[in-house]
Amino acid sequence: MEIFMSVLIGFLFMAAVYLMLSKSLLRIIIGTAVLSHGAHLLILTMGGLGGRKPPVVAEGVTVADYADPLPQALILTAIVISFAVTSFFLVLAYRAYQELGTDNVNLMRGTEDYD
Amino acid sequence: MTPVFFVFLPIVLAFFIPILFKKLPQIHTGWFVLAAPLFLVAYYAAFLPGSAAGETVTSSFSWIPSLDIAISSYLDGLSLLFSLLITGIGSLVVLYSIFYLDKNREQLHNFYVYLLIFMSAMLGVVQSDHLISLYLFWELTSISSFLLIGYWYTRDRSRFGAMKSMLITVFGGLMMLGGFILLYLMGGTYSIRELIAQAPEIANHDLFVWSLILILLGAFTKSAQLPFYIWLPDAMEAPTPVSAYLHSATMVKAGLYVVARFTPIFAVSPVWIWLVTGIGLLTMTWASFFALKQRDLKGILAFSTVSQLGLIMSLLGVASVAFHVDGAESTVFKYAAFAAIFHLINHAMFKGSLFMVTGIIDHETGTRDIRKLGGLMGIMPVSFTLAVIGSLSMAGLPPFSGFLSKEMFLRAMLSLTEFDLFSFETWGILFPVIAWIGSVFTFIYSFYFVFHTFAGEHKPELLPKSAHEAPFGMLISPAVMAALVVILFFIPNLLAVWFIKPAVLAIQPFLYNAPGEIDVHVSAWHGLQPEFFMTLGIYAVGGLMYWTLRKWQRIYDVFSHTYSLNGLYDSLIYLSDAGMNRLSGLYMTGFIRNYLVYMFGFLILITLGTLGVSDAFEFDLTGTAPIRAYEVILGIVLVAATVTILMAKSRLTAIISLGAVGYTVALFFVIFRAPDLALTQLVIETISVALFLLAFYHLPQLSRHEERMKFRFGNALVALGVGVTMSLVAFSAQAQKALPSISEYYKETVYTEAAGGNIVNVILVDYRGFDTLFEITVLGIAAVAIIGMIRLRLTRKEDVNEKQ
Amino acid sequence: MRSNDVIIQTATKAVVFIILLFAIYIFFAGHYSPGGGFVGGLLAAGALVLLMLAFDIETVNRIIPVDYVQIAAAGLLISLGTAAASILFGVPFFTHAHTYVYLPLLGKTSFHSATLFDLGVFLVVVGVTMIIIQTIGEDE
Repeated sequence: MEIFMSVLIGFLFMAAVYLMLSKSLLRIIIGTAVLSHGAHLLILTMGGLGGRKPPVVAEGVTVADYADPLPQALILTAIVISFAVTSFFLVLAYRAYQELGTDNVNLMRGTEDYD
Repeated sequence: MTPVFFVFLPIVLAFFIPILFKKLPQIHTGWFVLAAPLFLVAYYAAFLPGSAAGETVTSSFSWIPSLDIAISSYLDGLSLLFSLLITGIGSLVVLYSIFYLDKNREQLHNFYVYLLIFMSAMLGVVQSDHLISLYLFWELTSISSFLLIGYWYTRDRSRFGAMKSMLITVFGGLMMLGGFILLYLMGGTYSIRELIAQAPEIANHDLFVWSLILILLGAFTKSAQLPFYIWLPDAMEAPTPVSAYLHSATMVKAGLYVVARFTPIFAVSPVWIWLVTGIGLLTMTWASFFALKQRDLKGILAFSTVSQLGLIMSLLGVASVAFHVDGAESTVFKYAAFAAIFHLINHAMFKGSLFMVTGIIDHETGTRDIRKLGGLMGIMPVSFTLAVIGSLSMAGLPPFSGFLSKEMFLRAMLSLTEFDLFSFETWGILFPVIAWIGSVFTFIYSFYFVFHTFAGEHKPELLPKSAHEAPFGMLISPAVMAALVVILFFIPNLLAVWFIKPAVLAIQPFLYNAPGEIDVHVSAWHGLQPEFFMTLGIYAVGGLMYWTLRKWQRIYDVFSHTYSLNGLYDSLIYLSDAGMNRLSGLYMTGFIRNYLVYMFGFLILITLGTLGVSDAFEFDLTGTAPIRAYEVILGIVLVAATVTILMAKSRLTAIISLGAVGYTVALFFVIFRAPDLALTQLVIETISVALFLLAFYHLPQLSRHEERMKFRFGNALVALGVGVTMSLVAFSAQAQKALPSISEYYKETVYTEAAGGNIVNVILVDYRGFDTLFEITVLGIAAVAIIGMIRLRLTRKEDVNEKQ
Repeated sequence: MRSNDVIIQTATKAVVFIILLFAIYIFFAGHYSPGGGFVGGLLAAGALVLLMLAFDIETVNRIIPVDYVQIAAAGLLISLGTAAASILFGVPFFTHAHTYVYLPLLGKTSFHSATLFDLGVFLVVVGVTMIIIQTIGEDE
């Protein structure tokens, strides 16, 4: 299962990077969102996927049976952060679009050269 | 309250200064500031009796216990002397500044905040027993000096001077930090006292000389020794009270302090004696020679300060010789430490008063150009008197205290010729010769300074303002200092008991047990000794050369700017600036894609490189969970949704597919026994889609901007690289677990220690609460940024403002 | 965001309260079973977003005249305060404490300073999410 997930994670990363490298702002933002999904799954997979019970204390469950709680805690933080970052990007993008009149990042480079 | 807290008193006061400045504009802020140094003078003066008896006071608090870093205050004779100088002269300078800086026109809150920061920092430097805290305070003095030099930040020269001083002194500070770390490696402790206690062992260490040189670099840059002195003349752009305080009386003496403080550790080394004495003397003579080139009164004083610092430095070098000789022979060398401290006090007094008089001249005539000034004697009689006292003390004439320490200086230099170690027997004769030449020029520039300003012909048509005597308040501080210059001439031995001898004990701790044992007696007349004839020679030659100054002053035109140290500094700055611009221009293209490609490229290179070099790649199927059918189905859905995003022609398709990816990930969380995650992911995905749809109205169409095949292919290659890299990392991490996970601890203690049941939540709020705290802070920042971008509607400024 | 779909509006009126109740439940349950400040906060924010979708932003702002900036700020303060309060008791920053008390109706209940911290998280999440949605939604 872990191997399967690893391949899947690689695919998500690939798609995300491809999106982020394109010229359109919206695709870049979507790319970062996909990237965070990939990262979350990666962290989860790192902790091992063999847990038989959720990490909630219950009667008659031995310690070994719980799924690894640490990656889950890390991911929970990451999910909320990535939401905030995505919204930030989104606003940044559309404000830039409004101000500059383009969503092509290649046209957004500073016009002033160093002198 | 232990002494260490009083170090921070000025900084604490600094917090209230802006408020006082705003709320009470009718009262000059300086009056409030004055409280801190005045109080501290009284506070430190109370330690004097103990210090005179050889007692020391230590207090400290632990700052970073895990790294053994503490803020400490160690008050012995040397620290106490410096602390009293800092607070005493600080009081006078603040008092002076109240009349110097106009309360309606100047940004007093900035000025006094910087000044108070400096005061704390400087107290910290001289009281720290801990190397790291010494370093921190040291850099803080550099920073506050930078801020004060750049106080009139609209002037180009101010910014230039501030930058120059910062670059040079911080460079030195970093070198010194290196030296400190080497000392720590050798001695295993950060405490200076403990290091001194094991000085003999340290001296045999391989790193000893390196640490010595590095620490001297710090001291030389701060105390403006050759070849680093060039920042000090440019620092004269600071307001005059600052020049009087930082750049003559206190901060530039931090280098001397460090040399004095580390003398017990390094004195055994001939490198130390040669460097400290040699550089000190060369600096003294070099700077006194070039002081006569200056036309700006403050320029003359700046070079004179450099010269005097060199003098004191060389005396400290001679004082180190005392560690190498015993018995009667060592008495002269013991004198040197005494003379160094004595001259340090004298210099602070007469140079402080001279700077303040210069400030008065600047204030009342509107210029500091010595060519425009002249004949002020009759107009400003009080200032003239003060300037004469200061200058003659600097020139080494009786009955001023400078005479006494100057005689001791010459005697110390003469004694070097009798010292037969480290090849002093052959080269030693150079020392008194160079010292004598330097003293001659000191004599000339002292006269030049005072008589070209006050004597001669008054040229009112050249002055921006019509000259008149300064207000009473402005004269108080220089008058106090000038009075001390005279008084100290008559009671040097009283000064010695209370201030000098305890400080000497700190410099030469192995030679004495108590300040009382230091059997130095200062007297103005001690027979027809060689130094007496040297002094007479100085007066004669100096007087003659001053008389003919106009005839030979033209030789200074020979020294062109291009080949000077300043020229070297300028071209270095220019070269590094232009070079870095060109270098960064090569890769800072302004295209986001390029930057991302750099990042991903390095990610691939470094990760794969590490995997390859450490042979960490491993593929292992044992111990993995079985693959179940619905997981495969979910995987396929995930891939399909992702591909849809890649292929999407419209925004709606892309956003909905992104939602689909998110929900699928949530389902994965369900499968992998992560209920919290699944819940959170579901809700957040819903809100995210709503968010995207909301922003829809503002967003452009999903256009690909005619990406060419080559462009796409390059992107695909990078993307594939990252994907493969991440998969490989995942494989390898899966196959090997080097260390046991901390999760076991969480699982076992969650109920007993944290009284919780949901381990994930307990980790979030308890075990790793810091993460969560910072996370919600990030959330807050994101929200503030979004508000800023939308509600404030910041638009682009007109290009007029952007380009200067 | 304008809408006049009667079915959605009617359903929303009922559902919003259920979601809000559930959010509060899941927040308090968080220490022992799945849930907690994050999920709770997000659910509460989700309920408000639903309200905004069903009606429109102006209406919702009028019904619930809350400054979400203040909510987020209060949340941050509560969290930081809870963490910092431990200093006053002479224990390291971020040390939590808990105790059990017997309340009428509820029986044995645990009181936890961690819950207070989580409350801060809850408020920040609600505040920030709503700030984001509201600011973007109001932007013309």
